[in-house]
Amino acid sequence: MKSTSRMGAWVAMAIGTLYFLLPLIATFEFSLKMNRDGYSFEAYKVVLSDPGFQATFGYSTLMAVLTILVGILLVVPTAYWVQLKLPRLRPLVEFITLLPLVIPAIVIVFGYLKLYNSSSWLPLTGNERATDFLLMCSYVTLALPYLYRSIDAGLRAIDVRTLTEAAESLGASWPSILLQVIFPNVKSAILSGAFLTFAVVIGEFTMASLLGRPAFGPYLQLIGANRAYEPSALAIIAFMVTWASMGLIQVFARNARPARKTA
Amino acid sequence: MAYLTINNLHKRFDDHVVVHDFNMSIEQGEFVTFLGPSGCGKTTVLRMIAGFETPTSGQIRVGGDDITHQSPQKRGIGMVFQSYALFPNMNVTQNIGFGLKMRKCDSAEIARKVAEVIKLVELSGKEGHYPHELSGGQRQRVALARALVVEPRILLLDEPLSALDARIRKNLREQIRDIQRRLGLTTIFVTHDQEEALTMSDRIFVMNQGKVEQEGRAEMVYTQPATEFVARFMGNYNLLGAADTNRLLGLDIQGHMAIRPESIHVLDAHSQQADTLAGTIRQHQLLGSIIRYQIESAGVTLQVDRLNRSASDLMPVGTQVRLQISRDDMREVR
Repeated sequence: MKSTSRMGAWVAMAIGTLYFLLPLIATFEFSLKMNRDGYSFEAYKVVLSDPGFQATFGYSTLMAVLTILVGILLVVPTAYWVQLKLPRLRPLVEFITLLPLVIPAIVIVFGYLKLYNSSSWLPLTGNERATDFLLMCSYVTLALPYLYRSIDAGLRAIDVRTLTEAAESLGASWPSILLQVIFPNVKSAILSGAFLTFAVVIGEFTMASLLGRPAFGPYLQLIGANRAYEPSALAIIAFMVTWASMGLIQVFARNARPARKTA
Repeated sequence: MAYLTINNLHKRFDDHVVVHDFNMSIEQGEFVTFLGPSGCGKTTVLRMIAGFETPTSGQIRVGGDDITHQSPQKRGIGMVFQSYALFPNMNVTQNIGFGLKMRKCDSAEIARKVAEVIKLVELSGKEGHYPHELSGGQRQRVALARALVVEPRILLLDEPLSALDARIRKNLREQIRDIQRRLGLTTIFVTHDQEEALTMSDRIFVMNQGKVEQEGRAEMVYTQPATEFVARFMGNYNLLGAADTNRLLGLDIQGHMAIRPESIHVLDAHSQQADTLAGTIRQHQLLGSIIRYQIESAGVTLQVDRLNRSASDLMPVGTQVRLQISRDDMREVR
């Protein structure tokens, strides 16, 4: 009985792995075929030296970092407050944070254009920096489901109420409690939310394209529509970057958490 | 003048009254225990003193100041929680020093005071350890040290020992009481364990369903329970109903007759002493230093405790005995 269920587990694992790896392998193999005679990394050279790639990737990375920072500053106090003082509002807040998964990105963009277009009361879309700000805000909205779930789970794991009361009894004000007791103890939850946010922002297409900003998503689409081998190379590069970020975050999380230190 | 006074404290959650007209005054340096079963309101009163719950009505005064609506940060109260509530991201030194850091003391003073209190709770050598690296008893001592180092006006302990095993509990009990005496700290201790309450307190408040059933010194509460609830809760009182009391002791009462198991004398079956009752041993349990017998007399089963002096003392089931109960050891309760 036991060996058959283990066999089943291995078979499922093999099928799943093949399902994920085969397309990747095919893409990688195709990306090496730019030179007619044999395998080479020509496509990668072309992509990495393209100034468009560097500019758009840099832009999207910067947007991702800003999104993460703003998102954390918004979500951590909210999730903390809801858990501590307003547990009855939790279902409502959860519903709100899940809206971006249901409402298409295009709706937000059209809303923006209606509210902030150049002939409205707050013409943010007329200015590049202001439009960047709008884009970042829409990214924060997109990232909300992941950030909120992750941080909410992290908070529930640490008995927020008792820790807060202990800190209060020792004379700590709310900012001190948030900074010195809450934030450090949800670090790994924040990091995993941050990783998901990074992945979402880097590849995002609709909003960046419609707001006309030079992000990585539109660049990927452009290359994909016009070139053959370079898009495959780009896809592999994007995967590499994502996995590297994931790896780095795991490394930081391991070092940041004292629970991993041996006595 | 009393150091801490509570007047007509009342707490209601929606339409459920949790604390009902609670009154108390304690002197500086006193060790007071709130004793009662789960849900009796003892923790709620403690939390209102700490400032984590707002009373529906009533007043709390410490050293003359009305603190009823003051924030917890300003009350000068030290609290030890049942779950220790140590900050997982800080080591022992940082945990203990947290309160002093919040008061903006300089680092030299913090280091000095923390070292002092670590010695006091006997945790030397553990300064750099994190909470997850400590045992339950050690964590509780860190929690205690953290509350003591800020020199609070009042120390509150919310069932701090209930998560610990028996031997550690005993040691910590003595340690807490010892430290409290040395520092002369006004202390309120909440527990559902009557042995803890009896061994540690100057005074006990026995609570039930939001009300104080009895308040007094430990010996008094134990030997002279005021109500049926207190008699049932403290020790293993025999509580005889009116009919049983009449049949066994020939007395007419309205409530219950409370008799402590250790106050029933067991005599040999042929004893000629006056005022004894015939009894048969039905069961016995060895509790270590005490042997607990269930002895039947006139259809009533009584619990009788005797010291376990020697192996030959153990009376087998079925033995006929005579029981003697002094009138002073019988107490009517309602």
